[in-house]
Amino acid sequence: MKNAERINSLSDLSLGSACQIVSLELSGLLRRRILDLGIVPGTLIRSIRRGPSGDPTAYLVRGTLIALRSEDASQILVKKLSNGEECV
Amino acid sequence: MCAISSSRNLSEAYGQAEYVRKTYRNSFSDQIVADIYGNAEQITKHVLTNKGRHRIGFDQIIDNLVTSKWFGYPLMILLLVGVFWITIEGANIPSGLLASVLFAFQDQLTLWFQWLGAPDWVHGVLVLGVYRTLAWVVAVMLPPMAIFFPLFTLLEDSGYLPRIAFNLDHIFKKAKACGKQSLTMCMGFGCNAAGVTSCRIIDSPRERLIAILTNNFVPCNGRFPTLIAITSIFIGGAIASYSGIINALVISGIILLGIAVTLTVSWLLSMTILKGEPSSLVLELPSYRRPKIGAVIYRSVIDRTLFVLRRAIIIAAPAGAVIWILANVYIGELSILSTVAHALNPLGKLIGLDGFILMAFILGLPANEIVLPILIMSYLSTGSLQDFSSLEELRNVLVSNGWTWLTAVNVMLFSLLHWPCATTLLTTYKETGSKKWAFLSFLIPTLIGFSACFILTQVVRLFGLA
Repeated sequence: MKNAERINSLSDLSLGSACQIVSLELSGLLRRRILDLGIVPGTLIRSIRRGPSGDPTAYLVRGTLIALRSEDASQILVKKLSNGEECV
Repeated sequence: MCAISSSRNLSEAYGQAEYVRKTYRNSFSDQIVADIYGNAEQITKHVLTNKGRHRIGFDQIIDNLVTSKWFGYPLMILLLVGVFWITIEGANIPSGLLASVLFAFQDQLTLWFQWLGAPDWVHGVLVLGVYRTLAWVVAVMLPPMAIFFPLFTLLEDSGYLPRIAFNLDHIFKKAKACGKQSLTMCMGFGCNAAGVTSCRIIDSPRERLIAILTNNFVPCNGRFPTLIAITSIFIGGAIASYSGIINALVISGIILLGIAVTLTVSWLLSMTILKGEPSSLVLELPSYRRPKIGAVIYRSVIDRTLFVLRRAIIIAAPAGAVIWILANVYIGELSILSTVAHALNPLGKLIGLDGFILMAFILGLPANEIVLPILIMSYLSTGSLQDFSSLEELRNVLVSNGWTWLTAVNVMLFSLLHWPCATTLLTTYKETGSKKWAFLSFLIPTLIGFSACFILTQVVRLFGLA
């Protein structure tokens, strides 16, 4: 149970798996952009694919695909889903 | 007394408010946004049934292909070559047809003017100046635009363009720019002024400026008919079979060169006057849609083709009159046109062009569409050839004025890398709000264009290749 509560950054999320947003450590314009897209604490997010060179990663949030660079994703903190929660 | 104490209270209250805001930092606003989204979620759960499942599956299959490690880039290049191949092959016959019809009508116009007993100079200005330039602009410009714009709008409507930004972002990041710059470059294919305006999608001011200053390195619709015409005459024409596909490859090569220059200049700007690190990228990848045929036709024909053609015609008509007058008013032995061209000739020769070509580019400042028509007009008004009716005869005109393959390559290079048109400069000024940036957007491509042509010409001449 303790293990499920461990907090990671979004950039460490392995491809295809889902997790829940804990907090945004971003600031300024980018923080607002991310909030506007509905990436708020509590939101479920799933990593879908990486770009050809492996950098921007596309995430599925609320039915929309959004690509983020790893530098930005690393400032978004997430926790693993406990089993049985709905998928994104 | 009262006023002083109340103002002190006010500043105290302000200080306290600041303190509260700083201690809670973002958590308060986060809570508001989270609540709004929570509410919206509740509402959508009530009123929407989820039908999107299979759509996401369909998107996945296409995305697996177009953003894959192995097929992502080759597919992008294939699309580029494909679009230009269709444009060149498709434009070939209508261009020839339009040219023969429009020039046949010119002879008819001449007859009417003679019948009316109009003075020679009226006939010269209106028919040989205005009408002939217009005929050229329409014959050269209209068919490629009428094919390219619908194709481009189809790609835009289908949702593919953001995938280009997704694929290319890491390269732009290395140049310390934004991946969305590739979208503004796509808009630049249509029109650089539109491309500059579209730079508003880039959030970081530094990266937006980089995108604005480099947009001109994508050949716009006013330039690639020129590129297509010259390639067809000098490169594709030399290898008769498969000429269509070879022309498409050459044009694509020129565009790739433009992209390479864009990235290099973006990087150089980031290292010098626009210092900074790449900021963030938030890019939405929308679902693929079946393009709406009606909307595609409307947007590409009315909004784009006719809009651009109209602009070209408005500028070409007076330009045609001016060129004819310049070519037919004599100062001593030479016409004004020849005098200016002769003055520019040493500089032109230095970079593998000639005085007339350089003058055509300068006179083409209002719109790049009219560069080739001006050039042909200038050659025709001075040379022995007075009339011709098909695009193939263009080769004879150019060759008889001393063109070699090196001249052709230099004209294409200079067309890709020279100052932006007046509209683009004005748009840059409006978007950046500064004369300094507008001037730089003029200076950077001009310097690069002159240097590139100069180096190529000197190297080729050194090895005695042309």
